[in-house]
Amino acid sequence: MSSIWVWVEQNDGAIQAISSEALGAGRALADALGTGLGALVFGQDIASVAQQVIQSGADTVYLCDHETLAEFRAEPYATLLSKLAGEHKPSAILAGATTSGRDVLSLAAVDLEAGLVPDCTALTVVDGQIKATRPVYAGKLISNILAEGEPMLLSLRSRAFPPAALDSARTGSVIAVEPAMAASEISVTLLGLEATEGAVSLTDAAIIVSGGRGVGGPEGFEPVRELAATLGAAMGASRAAVDAGWIPYAYQVGQTGKTVSPDLYIAGGISGAIQHLAGMRTSKVIVAINKDPEAPIFKLAHYGIVGDLFKIVPALTAEFRKRL
Amino acid sequence: MHIVVCAKQTPSTTAVLAVQDGKVTWSDPGGSPDIANPWDEYAIEEAIRLKEQHGGTVTVISMGPDDAREALKTAIAMGCDEAVLISDDAMRGSDTLATSYVLSKAIEKLGDVDLVIFGRQAIDGDTGQTSIQTARRLGWTAFSFVSAIEELDVENRSITVTRAVEAGKLKAKAPLPAALSVLKDINEPRYPSFKGIRKATKYMSSDLRTWTAGDLAADIEKVGTAGSRIRWPEVYALPPKEGECTMVEGETPEAAAAALVDKLFEEKVI
Repeated sequence: MSSIWVWVEQNDGAIQAISSEALGAGRALADALGTGLGALVFGQDIASVAQQVIQSGADTVYLCDHETLAEFRAEPYATLLSKLAGEHKPSAILAGATTSGRDVLSLAAVDLEAGLVPDCTALTVVDGQIKATRPVYAGKLISNILAEGEPMLLSLRSRAFPPAALDSARTGSVIAVEPAMAASEISVTLLGLEATEGAVSLTDAAIIVSGGRGVGGPEGFEPVRELAATLGAAMGASRAAVDAGWIPYAYQVGQTGKTVSPDLYIAGGISGAIQHLAGMRTSKVIVAINKDPEAPIFKLAHYGIVGDLFKIVPALTAEFRKRL
Repeated sequence: MHIVVCAKQTPSTTAVLAVQDGKVTWSDPGGSPDIANPWDEYAIEEAIRLKEQHGGTVTVISMGPDDAREALKTAIAMGCDEAVLISDDAMRGSDTLATSYVLSKAIEKLGDVDLVIFGRQAIDGDTGQTSIQTARRLGWTAFSFVSAIEELDVENRSITVTRAVEAGKLKAKAPLPAALSVLKDINEPRYPSFKGIRKATKYMSSDLRTWTAGDLAADIEKVGTAGSRIRWPEVYALPPKEGECTMVEGETPEAAAAALVDKLFEEKVI
């Protein structure tokens, strides 16, 4: 059995959380298949990342440290990944289902004529073959997927797999590789990033506090925002609140927004349309606060309070402030 | 400018899904069970806006069974000029690798395409990767998660977009031809006019072209199950949530809040 690979996303020399999860999942697959774990680390001035990756479970690191890879661009990253995969023939390649991970694997799947399974929530080995589980139809259904031929490309949903266990005694080898594209061959020019400051990313958040139609207007999100800030949580919204123009689309949770899976999801003034539930139903604990005791959200929730969110949510904020 | 929109017919967002032996069926007691994929309406709208600004033609293409016409009809009703259904029994069971091959062959057959626009993902398969794979097959640049087109420079043949990525808003530029997949915040799709709907009905009955694998000169080994590298033998509904919702009560909002916080500490999620 040839090895399992993980494409590791790093930012300023630190492994991204989703890549630690992918290394953990990759290590588990490699152990189940009795093979090694390879990691691909591309960027500039990233030598320190290789050791973190080995401590996270990799046996071999393919490191490409080059100025053309300093900022992420899918084209040179994917072309290099495809070239290395063509040479070393891994049986599977994992990445986070981030905007970058999706792009890299989509390009590489064409280069390698390989099967690509996005947004995996579970990976198992059955009769020596990898079986990937992923939600389809906005999470209303689950699909188990097998690949024909190798490599099988898999992107992993954020927070679906535990992070890799760190072992500072682990050793591995680092292989320096050359980039696959010259600067002049790359078609995309980056013109700058306007960074989102301070906000907790919805898809990475351990706790999310969301507001819906019941918040009544843009100012109605203030108590939601305060509770989120108190808990170090991300703020979310239902489509109704986004469509009403009360909060930007980036906050939308649900079928045509973001799919989230936090430890705790607090829904204030969200009735629970099927499209919203599809985006948050895998949350570990769901709390619903709604004045309508018949609201569908209570069918999915673990804990519910029937009442006015403008009284309950500030009271929750005050209680958490006392106890945290 | 020749802009192509790749669109798909999907179950409605309120469809009730049933699954038996890995086969998914659906119905919608409240309305039409089949619709144009909601994300694709943003792609159609953006293409029409670019045409209004720069002139040219918008062609919508859709791969699917012979009766999968909702996406094409919606696109014509909104203002697209031409529609092509790509349908062939040999294409059944295509994964995104095979689908991207078929779409790339259709775009090559159209011939003079400058820009291809996709919705972010289809709400059935939810993969969001066909746009990127189609561009790769054509050898074009692909931009995913596009929230705005900053500039379409027809003269110098380039496009500048803003992409919504995890870290924020990323601006990038590439030469044409190119492919995009667009997000909801790129525009507000128009409702088809009465005249548009009439035009679409007429177009679908008399002008719609259908292309088969043979029309595309497609390698039959690269389409359908033969050209696919993944199989999905098991599809099933999520098991229903176990247990009832615990309703937390209190004399006052403060008391209810305190009781809920107790529960959440017990759950160890704080």
